[in-house]
Amino acid sequence: MKLSKTFDKALWVFHINSGSCNACDIEIVAAVTPRYDTERFGIKLVGSPRHADVLLFTGPVTTKMKDRVLRVYEQTPDPKVVLVTGNCADTTGVYFDSYAIEGPIDTLLPEDAHIIYVNGCPVRPENIINGVKEAWLYLEELRGDDK
Amino acid sequence: MKEKEETTYEVPIGPIHPALKEPFLIKFKLDGEEIVDAEARPGMNHRGIEFMGMHRNPMKVIPLSERICGICSIVHQHMFTTATEHALGIEPTNRARYIRTIMCELERIHSHILWAGVAAHEIGFDTHLHFTWKIREKVMDLLEYIAGNRVNYSMWTFGGVRRDITSDMYPKVFETLKYYEDLYEKLEDIFLDDPSIKMRTQDVGVLTKEDALALCGVGPTVRASGVKKDVRIDQPYAAYGDLDLDYVIPSRYGFENKGDVFSKTLVRLKELLQSIEIIKTCVEQMPEGEMTSEPKKAALFNKLEKRSGEGIGRIEAPRGEAIHYVRLVEGRSDIDCWKIRASTYNNLATYRPMFMGEQIADIPIIAACIDPCIGCMDRAEIIDVDSGEVETYTKEELHELSVKKTERIKNRGIK
Repeated sequence: MKLSKTFDKALWVFHINSGSCNACDIEIVAAVTPRYDTERFGIKLVGSPRHADVLLFTGPVTTKMKDRVLRVYEQTPDPKVVLVTGNCADTTGVYFDSYAIEGPIDTLLPEDAHIIYVNGCPVRPENIINGVKEAWLYLEELRGDDK
Repeated sequence: MKEKEETTYEVPIGPIHPALKEPFLIKFKLDGEEIVDAEARPGMNHRGIEFMGMHRNPMKVIPLSERICGICSIVHQHMFTTATEHALGIEPTNRARYIRTIMCELERIHSHILWAGVAAHEIGFDTHLHFTWKIREKVMDLLEYIAGNRVNYSMWTFGGVRRDITSDMYPKVFETLKYYEDLYEKLEDIFLDDPSIKMRTQDVGVLTKEDALALCGVGPTVRASGVKKDVRIDQPYAAYGDLDLDYVIPSRYGFENKGDVFSKTLVRLKELLQSIEIIKTCVEQMPEGEMTSEPKKAALFNKLEKRSGEGIGRIEAPRGEAIHYVRLVEGRSDIDCWKIRASTYNNLATYRPMFMGEQIADIPIIAACIDPCIGCMDRAEIIDVDSGEVETYTKEELHELSVKKTERIKNRGIK
């Protein structure tokens, strides 16, 4: 699939909380506010998965949120990148032995999903920006030329 | 043709929110624009924390307890540690009490500023959101300087704290406090004197004193209605017993104890000042001594395993009173029983009287005004009860309605 040239300068991110403790979510908001200001790169949070290029997952996926998480994944148009944010989204972290956890998220998503892991408990805003940069590089590769 | 009849609409809101906060669902019954009933449906974020805690060693539960909530991580680790100390009969050292108080108040500052930004965003003032989050970074820097991480500090241990606040750190603490003192007037100017913000917050989401008492609300939510309720004064913990504190209620500052969103904003802003004063006093009065009364790990583990007892930890979290209950049984290395009651649980009940009779466009700000650790506005569906027709509102549309209302009010004000 070839992407148009207009695609890469502005990545839109949809954030979905699948049962995290709020810490990563607050750091994500901190990443878009003036200190870190990702909006200057055209990276911004959007209100609907249908507008998004990047899905930002936080949390270990609780039983009640599982179907909703998958639905949001399906609603996001291709090509998309999944940013798995925080240690509990990556490996379920401290919540590893709970009865109410279905995650981690990468075991639930289809095999062809492109996943980038951003670690930390909670992740630092700098790390989130780095993760979005990785997503950017991947999507640029899809465009097919060397830029 | 079918005859028209009066009916109500049902609007579920949640459980996925695009910007921040946890998954949560509120169902509204609407008559036109007016809300006639509201019902909260929690449970999307149930991670089974108490269950997990009851299968682990208390030492391992400290990091788990601060991951209950990322905004009030200090609150939960404080409650869990004090409850376990209570059960074991351990007393924290005096210096640890003061360090704990300072950290609790620093967290209150960051939490209240965060709330102010979210509230401004909900009524369409995104410049204020960015302003408040910009100034919030200063206290995050101080927390990182003291504890080593921006969130989730793991500073507490049974009998004291793991990290000290030494005298070479004081200048940085005072510098941060000075920064907020200088900015305070501007904050008050933005949130209390701005005519359009006043019009969106005054007489919106009113919680009467009777309702506040009957529904057992806690924290700034009920203090705004004039209820004198504050664990720091009623049942002092850490170093609060040594301090001279007074209840922050609107009538103390010449305002009416109305219980609307405006009063709640006022209470939170005044608590910022109170927190600054508390930190200053604590740093000045900080006693010398050990950081923890249990420096030997082996002895502490021995106590955790060999003693039985039950304990309660109470705290005035930024959102109100919260409680942990811990029971330990002799001969077992894990916790026998652990029960948590967070402040939002109490405050959820106050949603119903606050939403009654308000408009759809006021949902975001009223939902935010109790400072919920939840509150999702991603998707709202309007269901016609008769025909079953479904109309979907996205969070953006809902937010847009709120912003439009602000603009309408502004324009009316200019005429």
